[in-house]
Amino acid sequence: MALLQISEPGQSTNPHEHRLAAGIDLGTTNSLIASVKSGLAETLPNENGEVSLPSVVRYTENEIVVGANAKSMAAEDPLNTISSVKRYMGRGLKDIKELGGRRPYEFVDTDSVVPRIHTVAGDVSPVEVSSEILKSLKIRAEASLGDSLTGVVITVPAYFDDAQRQATKDAGKLAGLNVLRLLNEPTAAAVAYGLDKQEEGVIAVYDLGGGTFDISILRLNKGVFEVMATAGDTSLGGDDLDYAVAKWIMAEAKINDDASHHQMRRLMRDACSAKEALSNAGSTELTIELDNGSSWNGSLTLKKFNELVAPLIQKTLLPCKRALRDAGVDVAEVKSVVMVGGSTRVPEVRNKVSEFFEQELLTDINPDTVVAMGAAIQADVLVGNKADSDLLLLDITPLSLGLETMGGLVEKVIPRNTTIPVARAQDFTTFKDGQSAMSIHVLQGERELVSDCRSLGKFALHDIPAMVAGAARIRVTFQVDADGLLSVSAREETSGVESSIEVKPSYGLTDNEIETMLRDSIEHAEDDVGARMLREQQVEAERVLEALEAALADDGHLLNEAERKVVDNVANNLSELCKGNDLRAIKDAIAEVDTAAAEFVARRMDGNIKKALAGHNVNEF
Amino acid sequence: MAQTRTHFELFELPVSFDVDLSDLSQRYRELQRVVHPDKFVNATDRERLLSVEKAAVINEAYQVLKTPQRRARYMLELQGVSFDDEKDMAVEPAFLMEQIELREALSEVSQMADPIATLNSIMADIKKRIAGVIGGLREGLEQGQLDEVQKNSLKQSIHKMQFLNKLQEEAEYQEENLLDAL
Repeated sequence: MALLQISEPGQSTNPHEHRLAAGIDLGTTNSLIASVKSGLAETLPNENGEVSLPSVVRYTENEIVVGANAKSMAAEDPLNTISSVKRYMGRGLKDIKELGGRRPYEFVDTDSVVPRIHTVAGDVSPVEVSSEILKSLKIRAEASLGDSLTGVVITVPAYFDDAQRQATKDAGKLAGLNVLRLLNEPTAAAVAYGLDKQEEGVIAVYDLGGGTFDISILRLNKGVFEVMATAGDTSLGGDDLDYAVAKWIMAEAKINDDASHHQMRRLMRDACSAKEALSNAGSTELTIELDNGSSWNGSLTLKKFNELVAPLIQKTLLPCKRALRDAGVDVAEVKSVVMVGGSTRVPEVRNKVSEFFEQELLTDINPDTVVAMGAAIQADVLVGNKADSDLLLLDITPLSLGLETMGGLVEKVIPRNTTIPVARAQDFTTFKDGQSAMSIHVLQGERELVSDCRSLGKFALHDIPAMVAGAARIRVTFQVDADGLLSVSAREETSGVESSIEVKPSYGLTDNEIETMLRDSIEHAEDDVGARMLREQQVEAERVLEALEAALADDGHLLNEAERKVVDNVANNLSELCKGNDLRAIKDAIAEVDTAAAEFVARRMDGNIKKALAGHNVNEF
Repeated sequence: MAQTRTHFELFELPVSFDVDLSDLSQRYRELQRVVHPDKFVNATDRERLLSVEKAAVINEAYQVLKTPQRRARYMLELQGVSFDDEKDMAVEPAFLMEQIELREALSEVSQMADPIATLNSIMADIKKRIAGVIGGLREGLEQGQLDEVQKNSLKQSIHKMQFLNKLQEEAEYQEENLLDAL
């Protein structure tokens, strides 16, 4: 008699174990991590029961402090305490100076396009600062869930451009996270709401966070979330409301522009408190400490506050209008309006948005946690805990992608609001006889002039064979993956000569840079790099084998006996090598399995495509 | 490999200018359910790559079949019409004159007494013209196999449509500017 296996308590009875996945809302002001536990998304608290982690990192000579303890030191130690770092992600120094009159940190003058902030612990980049926030959330989640995370979904503003997305993904990698997907914040919020309420139809998500604004128009249909259009402003949020209040206080209290860093930080803190107080009061009293030791007393009425922030709220309604037009829907067709982000607590924001969409707003899920919860739901589906899930998110590119052509003009290759993933090619030619190289400049934005768009990267295609002007045919292919990340390749078609190129990220980090940084941090922790890399390959091998096994179980019939034998052989070989510690051999064996299964994989995909519509056609007869 | 399947074949629809959009979008969702990269997060690298490729092909096919102008152009391409030589395309002088007039009207919008009302009426006019061209394309394409004269005339229509689309874009841009200034 065969022995039956009895599962241990806590162990899943599924053939595949339950994998731990989490959704992370990496916010400008606060960050959160959530996970699906027994079917429900829950935000994970720290040991004090707090779910919001202030997105503040303080560097001291001997430690890095993240969260509330860092935030409480912001006014005292402004230069080493970094907050709102999300605003600097994927931005160059030039952008940062444009963002406001005065920045509270010392930016280092470097040749690098990536800005670095000078602290007592050395110079740090925005990606590194963000990765500290992510690391802190990772530790919290693993302590709370009791095991390491298989993968995470990190949310980004829908209107983030390629460089900002790349920087976010880099921060995730640097924190040692397996980033399954970058998910747009409004889409995440829609997931949290949509699944709860089984909504069908067109919805709008208005997301005003600490530093970014997004509006997305989505169509829901039986678990499919199709984003139709998105618009926004990546440097407009609650911070700006605070800034408006702070400027008013400065004028009232006669504080000069050259006041100390400490004074400015205190001002921003007091402005924020005043804003929050006015969410449920008609006026609020202010006491402002001044640099000279005295203080200023005054009061801010709700009416005055509404006046101060009116232009900022107005600035969010224009993108709403544009998104509706791009989506091709009227206000009347919008069934629900979901409000996301802490700044939507401001009553005047609610009033104006409600007026614009001509309806009551959905505010019943906490606007601070809804994004993390939606991300957790998607992460749970992505790691494979819900095989029969209907959830499918079809997202879009927020901004047009194009190339520089003669005369400093931009030729759009992929227009904004195109569903991703997408691949599109455009043909170009040479303009001089015998031209052997071509410079390719990739841009993102809606304007016609190169100087008005964001430069994502520049590179050259070399070794074009000598031809008369206009004879070469250079095909440039843009591909945007499901994370919204772009890669570009180019080849000369007429000669068959292939010269391929890779986009060099302008603001992100190269894989090498990340590896170096990881290495540094690991060395710092006195860990063994070799052992870590071996472990990573072994995990990868197990993933590959498990995926193959599942595919063969479902569709093994697509292979004949001889073909099956080849696949089984290489798989067995990999499985054996996996037990050893030959890193190189495991890597090679993974590649072997991949090649051997190529035809099977292709047949399976085509079979699935045909099957997908099979039911459909029967219905029609 | 099934790479050579046409967009119509991919969606298992007959080649026709008239497409039932709600049926099309349902087919689209069903196809994406099986190929989308989100379904392949735990799969092998090759499967993941293939899934991105297929999902991109299905997205592209859907956009082409969904948009009347792109659908018309694609149907002409299926009949061997090439759009490579667009630069040599001659457009009737009368049509060009109209375009110039519309463009001028657009550029003067901001000086009008009621710029938004003026712009709205220009936009309505452009919309009407686009609908007219689409009507012509539909009629032409429903004839099945086309001869050279017919192909050329439809190619002209597509070309006109491009002018009109540019104009519409410009009008929308103007609208944004006007609203911005409010």
